[in-house]
Amino acid sequence: MPHRKVGFGLRGIGHAMVNGVWRLGYASRFFLLTLVSSGASFRRIHLTIREIYFSGVMSLIIILVSGLFVGMVLGLQGYETLQKYGSESALGSLVALSLVRELGPVLAALLFASRAGSAITAEIGLMKATEQISAMEMMAVDPISRVVAPRFWGGVISMPLLAAMFSAIGVFGGYLVGVVFIGVDEGSFWSQMQAAVDFRQDVVNGVIKSVTFGVAVTAIALFEGYDAPPTAEGVSHATTRTVVTSALVVLGLDFILTAFMFRGV
Amino acid sequence: MPAENLVEISDLSFAYNKRPILKGINMKIPRGKIVAIMGLSGCGKTTTLRLIGGALKSRSATGSVKVAGQEVRDLDQEGLYRMRRKMGMLFQFGALFTDLSVYENVAFQMREHTDLPESMIRDLVLMKLNAVGLRGAQNLMPSELSGGMARRVALARAISLDPMLMMYDEPFAGLDPISLSVIGNLIRHLNDALGATSIVVTHDIQESLKIVDYVYFMSEGVVVAEGTADEIKASKLPFVHQFVWGEIDGPVSFHYPSPPYRKDLLLELETAHAA
Repeated sequence: MPHRKVGFGLRGIGHAMVNGVWRLGYASRFFLLTLVSSGASFRRIHLTIREIYFSGVMSLIIILVSGLFVGMVLGLQGYETLQKYGSESALGSLVALSLVRELGPVLAALLFASRAGSAITAEIGLMKATEQISAMEMMAVDPISRVVAPRFWGGVISMPLLAAMFSAIGVFGGYLVGVVFIGVDEGSFWSQMQAAVDFRQDVVNGVIKSVTFGVAVTAIALFEGYDAPPTAEGVSHATTRTVVTSALVVLGLDFILTAFMFRGV
Repeated sequence: MPAENLVEISDLSFAYNKRPILKGINMKIPRGKIVAIMGLSGCGKTTTLRLIGGALKSRSATGSVKVAGQEVRDLDQEGLYRMRRKMGMLFQFGALFTDLSVYENVAFQMREHTDLPESMIRDLVLMKLNAVGLRGAQNLMPSELSGGMARRVALARAISLDPMLMMYDEPFAGLDPISLSVIGNLIRHLNDALGATSIVVTHDIQESLKIVDYVYFMSEGVVVAEGTADEIKASKLPFVHQFVWGEIDGPVSFHYPSPPYRKDLLLELETAHAA
């Protein structure tokens, strides 16, 4: 009976929406609880430093290598386009603005989500599956304060530093291809860059973006891990969800932030 | 004067998603004693343990669980944590923190809940590890331990703050005979040495009857029998008898509920004919 099928379909949509809203509320409560329980992350700073090492330092290789290649491609593509208009001397500003405003924060956040975000989700999911989180609760130690909050701040602190390094090595990649290999004038490469990049408008906005992405990616990774069903399948699905959701949220947030920051510039 | 019973459970019922797990159980755990809660998997043993520790807070729980005279469900988060500092729990597979060494696992609660100087923490950790025979393994990581060793380290961690109540969730599961005896002896020895009270949730009848003072037998959410180890061994109750002597036939049947065998086979035959 078709009307019965329609009924089931509508019920399914309604159920999915209610679940979605419930999960969003649960995630928001989890995020607030993490912020409220963050005191210990700063009082016992070694907990946070350890997480900066695991999230930040361990992501350095992938960030630096990717940044170098992205900068080199920018140098190559930028030169090809600019030379058509006789403006190859503007290569420095093109590479720097692209990296500082957009590619640095966005690509570093996407790489951070797949390297550190997935690791955070898998680690917390496994801690739950092997009853380490329950053991901590039974020892009267709050897992949000001891496990979640240091990882959150570790991620939030690491992300802008990684984005800055991505942009810096990217600029070097652009220089390598544009100046060293192709032969663009070194003086105009650096002076155009210096003239075009505004500290407040470009660098600070780039940092704001990367901090926002750091908060979003780390919060998603932590929530997915903490909420994962304590099974191998549950942890695997949660890890996948971390990478997919983080990527979509980063790109969505980037559009919103760009619309506010660079409107009319 | 402290009450004679450290834990008192009265008319406790509990359901998961409307599925009844506990149906009005009553238990008394006297101070200084080791009490076993036994029964088949899924009979509600671990749920009872989790309700005693306040790990399950649900509106579907009715009745009373009192620990040292305090109603567990009335405690807020802070009160619950205060109570848990006087409890130790050994999880089924140890639940050691995999990113910390054996030494750091045992020191964990001391660092979290006390301001003891590092030299004193070191002495205490070595004493606890010595009590379980693993002082020499202090620098190993949990991944380098056998199942029995991991359980002993978890035991050292659970007793690190000298708890008044020790709870063991299936402490004998998956252990070789030597480790089994070692863990059994440690439970008895540590309980007496610490002057603690212990609750052991298990279905390992032979090992646990050697060390416990009293046994509660559970089946399908109710307490079906109770008594000392000798009384349980001599019990004529069909369920207890089948459980203690590991008989295949009895009130617990070998087959999962299913339609008649003949009917199932004929149905298959009919399907083959129809094809």
